[in-house]
Amino acid sequence: MADFLTVELVAADRTVWSGEATMVIARTTEGDLGVLRGHQPTLSLLTDAVVEISPEEGPVVVASVDGGFLSVADDRVSILSEHALLAEEINVDEARTELETARNLIGSDDDAERRIRRAEARIRAVEKAS
Amino acid sequence: MAVSLREYRAKIKSVESTKKITRAMELIAASRIIKAQQRANAAAPYARELTRAVSAVATYSNVDHVLTTEPEQADRAAVLVITSDRGLAGAYSSSVLREAEGLVEKLKAEGKQVDLYVSGRKGEAFYRFRGRSIVKSWTGHSDQPTYEVAKELGQGLIAAFLSGAAEGARGGSAEQLSDAFPGVDEVHLVYTRFRSMLVQQPTAVRLLPLEVVEGVEAPAEDEVLPLYDFEPSAEAVLDALLPQYVQSRIWYALLQAAASELAARQKAMKSATDNAQELIKKYTRIANQARQAGITQEISEIVGGVNALADAQAGND
Repeated sequence: MADFLTVELVAADRTVWSGEATMVIARTTEGDLGVLRGHQPTLSLLTDAVVEISPEEGPVVVASVDGGFLSVADDRVSILSEHALLAEEINVDEARTELETARNLIGSDDDAERRIRRAEARIRAVEKAS
Repeated sequence: MAVSLREYRAKIKSVESTKKITRAMELIAASRIIKAQQRANAAAPYARELTRAVSAVATYSNVDHVLTTEPEQADRAAVLVITSDRGLAGAYSSSVLREAEGLVEKLKAEGKQVDLYVSGRKGEAFYRFRGRSIVKSWTGHSDQPTYEVAKELGQGLIAAFLSGAAEGARGGSAEQLSDAFPGVDEVHLVYTRFRSMLVQQPTAVRLLPLEVVEGVEAPAEDEVLPLYDFEPSAEAVLDALLPQYVQSRIWYALLQAAASELAARQKAMKSATDNAQELIKKYTRIANQARQAGITQEISEIVGGVNALADAQAGND
C-alpha cells in the first residue's frame, strides 16, 4: 500500500491540482466525506461545494467545484468537475457580486439557486484558505 | 513590349501581396495549433478519469440506463457534423462533409430518417445551399471551442435522444415531448480526428445509445477495477455520469476538430505560399525576358538606323 493518496483534481479543460496527499475532504450529495489512506473504493456525486486536500507537506489546498464526482480506488482519488477553481484563483469580489445578482433573481430565474450555491462555495473556499 | 512588361510587373506585385497574406495565415495557424494540441492534452485527464468511472459503474452494476439502452426499432437518427467556420483550410471541411454524406446515405438506406445538427458555418452553408433542413446549428467557435459549447451541444442531443426514447416507450407515437428538438433513436457524430500534423482523418462514430468502454483512452487491460461503493446509489451516479461522459466525448471531438482544422489550414496556406513563390519566379523570368527583348529590339533598331544613315552617306559621297 502506498504511503500517501495520489490525488487528481481535474476540470473539463485542465488538471487543476495533482499530487500526493494525506487527506481529502469533499462534500457529496449525502454529506461531507473524508478520504484517508486505505479508503474503500467509492464513487460518489459531489455538490457545488468546497474540496479540501491536505498535501503531504505545505498548506491545505482548497478549491471550489461545481458539482462533479469523487472516485476513490487503491489510494487514488480523482475529483472530476466541469469547473473547478483553486482558492487563490477565485476572485472574491466577483463571487460576491454574483451572489448579490443571483439573490435578486430568486423566483424569476430557475438557475438562481444554483448560482447562489456556486458563488457561496467560492466565497467559502477563499475564507477557508485564508 | 513596354506595355506587357508593365503588366507582368503588376502581376508580380499582386502575387507578392497574396503571398504575404498566405504566409501570415500559415504562421498564425502554426502558432495556434500548438495551443490547440495543448488544450486537447489538457482535456485528456478528465476524459480518462470519466471513462474509468463509467466503466467501473458499467462493470459492477447491472443498472440499465436509458442512454445505454438500444431502442427496439430505430427509425430516426441525428447526425452532428463538426466543420469549420472559415474556409482556406484545404479539403478540411469538404472531406468531413463527404464522410457525413456517406453516413447519411447509409442511415437512409437502413430506412432511417436523418436529422442534421451542424457545428461550424461551412457545414451550415453546405446544407443550406442544397436546400436541406438543419435542425440546429452552432457557429463561431470552430478553432477555439469552449466547454460551454460542448455542454450545450451535449445537452441538446441528449434531450433529443431522451424524447425519442420516451416516444418509443409510449408505442412510437410521433407526438413531440419537448418543443426543443424532435426525438431521435440514435445520435451519430462526424468529426475530424487529429492523427498528426500531416494526417487528419474524418471519422464517424455513434454517440448514443452509448457503447461504454470503447473510450477515448480506455484504462489498461491488466488493470482490475475494484468493487465500488456508490453514493447515493448506482442509478443516481450513472444518471449524473453518463451525460457528463457524452459531453466529454463531444468536447474531445471539438478539440480534435479544432486542431485538425488548424493543421489543415497551415498545410493549405503553406502550399499557397509555395505556389505564390513559384508564380513570382515564373513571372519574373517572363518579365526579364520581355525587358531583354525590348532592349535587343532597341539596339537592333539603332544599329539598323546607323547602318541606314551610313549607307545613305556612302551613296552621297
